[in-house]
Amino acid sequence: MWAIDVADLRKEFKVQKNREGLAGAIRDLFRREYTLVTAVKDISFQIPQGEICGYIGENGAGKSTTIKMLAGILVPTSGRILVNGYVPYKERETFVRHIGVVFGQRSQLWWDIGVIESFRLLRKVYRVSEADFRRRLDELVETLQLQDLLHRPVRKLSLGQRMRCELAAALLHQPSILFLDEPTIGLDIVVKTEIREFLKKINREHGTTILLTTHDLQDIEALCSRVIMLDDGRIIYDGGLEELKERWSKGREVLLSFGQPYALDELARLTEGMGVRWSRENDMTAKVWIPKEQNVTDVLARVAGPKDIRDIKIIETSTDEIVREIYRAGSAEARAESAFPKGTGGDGGTAPGGAPISGGTGGAAGRAGGTEQCGATESGGTGSAAGGESNEAMSGKEPNLAGSGAAKPREGAAGGESGGGTPRETVGAGSGTP
Amino acid sequence: MTAAYLELIRIRFLTMLAYRVNYYSGIIIYAINIGAYYFTWRAIYGGAESLGGFTAAQMTTYIAVSWMARAFYFNNLDREIALEIRDGSVAVQMIRPYNYLLVKVMQGFGEGLFRLTMFMAPGMVVVCLLFPVELPADPARWALFLVMIWFSFLINTQLNLIVGMFAFFVENNEGMIRMKRVAIDLFSGVLIPMSFFPLWAQDLLAWTPFPAITYLPSSVFTGRMSGAEAWEALLVQIVWAAVLVVPIILMWRASRRRLFVQGG
Repeated sequence: MWAIDVADLRKEFKVQKNREGLAGAIRDLFRREYTLVTAVKDISFQIPQGEICGYIGENGAGKSTTIKMLAGILVPTSGRILVNGYVPYKERETFVRHIGVVFGQRSQLWWDIGVIESFRLLRKVYRVSEADFRRRLDELVETLQLQDLLHRPVRKLSLGQRMRCELAAALLHQPSILFLDEPTIGLDIVVKTEIREFLKKINREHGTTILLTTHDLQDIEALCSRVIMLDDGRIIYDGGLEELKERWSKGREVLLSFGQPYALDELARLTEGMGVRWSRENDMTAKVWIPKEQNVTDVLARVAGPKDIRDIKIIETSTDEIVREIYRAGSAEARAESAFPKGTGGDGGTAPGGAPISGGTGGAAGRAGGTEQCGATESGGTGSAAGGESNEAMSGKEPNLAGSGAAKPREGAAGGESGGGTPRETVGAGSGTP
Repeated sequence: MTAAYLELIRIRFLTMLAYRVNYYSGIIIYAINIGAYYFTWRAIYGGAESLGGFTAAQMTTYIAVSWMARAFYFNNLDREIALEIRDGSVAVQMIRPYNYLLVKVMQGFGEGLFRLTMFMAPGMVVVCLLFPVELPADPARWALFLVMIWFSFLINTQLNLIVGMFAFFVENNEGMIRMKRVAIDLFSGVLIPMSFFPLWAQDLLAWTPFPAITYLPSSVFTGRMSGAEAWEALLVQIVWAAVLVVPIILMWRASRRRLFVQGG
């Protein structure tokens, strides 16, 4: 049985278009226009139990949307999803008992209460027996080193500490599938390594299937036996990481150190017709790019005769570079063939050369955020002026017990954490009716 | 599962208790509110014996009791829900094996219990010492009142859920939230008892859920309604609580499909 089985999965969003200027705004008041954005375009893949699969792609490629459909948060427009034998959005309450989800940019712990209180509440929510809970908690506390954090309120944890607690929270009920949406975002290298080790451990010991999205290819290299690469809502690669490198790397670079100063022209003449490119590193060292189909030794043989080579260093193309190359090539193709705006909004603007249309949606989201804040200050003002409401102001300020604290603007620390230099993703609601 | 919901009530109660300054100022603010209304109404009465079917003494009690009920039923669930929908944390709620709306109701209940026991009970003691409030001696009336303010809580919370869920359908429902708050204070009888409205307005309001929130329980408690009339008032509340379930379920179903994510 597949842990995850997806066929022709598609998700479309209707995004509100904001017309320009005052006249446009007034026209919007009466008749809204919408753009149909397809975030995920008929993708299919299967993941067997116990596999760690990396899900990569540019910002706005549809990664998070897929994860959210797999976790039962979003309802797909069409297609078939089967996770653990359940259709996630149909039997949500039963289904989510068997999965764990961690959003790197969103806290799922209760903001105002101690970590252990959150865990206890989760124990009751997931109906875990006291004995199982104790055993599981002890194990998690030990491997994630949570001893000192248990009694602190979540809002006082650093991002790395919070992330470790989030992982523990997602695993208390021993889920068979774990979804991780950018779990290492904004973390330092030590915490990143700890979290990778931990994920490997639970995969090894409990056979937990893990699907993670990430922008950090080192996550993938450290963890995943398989990579699914997404671009503009379509799968452009599905397979091992090594094959990915093999298939996409177009060549390698070799550094050559010579005994005496050289001339680039001479080197180029020696290797004429081999398709190689020379560049100067310094007086004594030259760099040569050799295409995949050309043997390194052939090139060296031509150069080694007339020149005196002291040292040779072959530079393997890094995964980062390969993926950057794929993104660049892939998006160029996608943009040319499709009239649809790339991505679904918000962070589209940060994609390399992001399409102008998604930039526009980002602007709209920003504006909504602005109004929200403005509304909050205003209501604060009326609260104190009316006097009658100030007793409830307390609950107005503390509304988010079960919500994610990270989103609360008043918490300076939270803002800093969730910011992390990356675009925050927003779940919103479509407005108006078709 | 019940254990989880009870835990949610308890945790909200504890969270409220954690903010001490708010706690002490809350008691004082409730007492001041009741006092302000008491003096305003005394000025309005002047020397008059009774207005709108209320004697001055009954009015004092009505105000105190209305505020007591309000302490229990009031919550900001509409704003909380709208905020969670807009900032996307509702996504986190969807990965838990519980019903989001029920969770919200439980949190509101925890908050209501907190205000009732920690703000209102001490506040009432102060008020009873300062102003001529006459509380009924009949335990049956107290019992019926407790049942009725529970329904007040339910109806008010249901309205909050509906208004809050509008955030799924419109970009900003802040205006709607404020409108609802004013409507409840005005039409439910906290600011002015229903019997002060013109007759046509009273007839109209009888077809809305608002009187069921404050006016009916307060009238029963102060003794302006008793016997069959009191039971009828309770029945009205039950009917409204049942009727309001329908739009909530419809909206929740529709919103599942409308939820969307920006940012891939």
